Amino acid sequence: MKWIVLPVMGLFLAVMLYAAGGLPDRGDPQAPASVRVSPYYIEKTMEETDTPNIVTSVLADYRGYDTLGETTVILTAGLACILVLLRRRS
Amino acid sequence: MIESFKSVIIRIVCSAMIPFMQLFALYVIFHGHYGPGGGFQGGAILGVSIILQRLYLGQEVSYKRFPPKLAPVLGATGMLIYVLVGLLPLATGGSFLDYGHLPIPGISGAPLRSLGILIVEVGIGLSVFGTMVLIFDSLVRAER
Repeated sequence: MKWIVLPVMGLFLAVMLYAAGGLPDRGDPQAPASVRVSPYYIEKTMEETDTPNIVTSVLADYRGYDTLGETTVILTAGLACILVLLRRRS
Repeated sequence: MIESFKSVIIRIVCSAMIPFMQLFALYVIFHGHYGPGGGFQGGAILGVSIILQRLYLGQEVSYKRFPPKLAPVLGATGMLIYVLVGLLPLATGGSFLDYGHLPIPGISGAPLRSLGILIVEVGIGLSVFGTMVLIFDSLVRAER
């Protein structure tokens, strides 16, 4: 089994390293991630939301739906703790 | 069952630290507009202050000061604040979570969106606070 897994892992590593060569550089202004909505957030945050911290305005305003899901996940984790840990011994 | 600590040093230091921790947590929540911080971090610090109180005072006294049944109520209240702030703009013609259409008289536009972010952060903080205390309480009460 080990002799099957090792070559497959090596092949996977080679594919990943080959794919990593095509990624944009760190901080590249022409990267696809930083040409579409990022400049809009950086330029319009003060004008539209009156919040100097761009992270806060993106987290709670532009991406508020995402944060709603995160908060739901946290609350669900707490409720699951009640269900799992506080089982009554009958 | 957690017993209270007999050491005078620990009792004095903890009782002196807890108000400052809670004040700092409120600062972190409300300063999220201008610096690092926000609801998640501030809520975690608030929860840790209650957990420290549970650890040094013991369960009997600490459960009287902050009842364990209050924790899930606070968590759900925070979530409810968030969802209501999301739903209210729908009534006035905006879209979901569009703080610019919140029905608050007197302000509009960018300051209104800033206020909406603040309300949402307070909701997140309450939710994280309740959940942290809730997890600690259920972990402690499980081993009987």
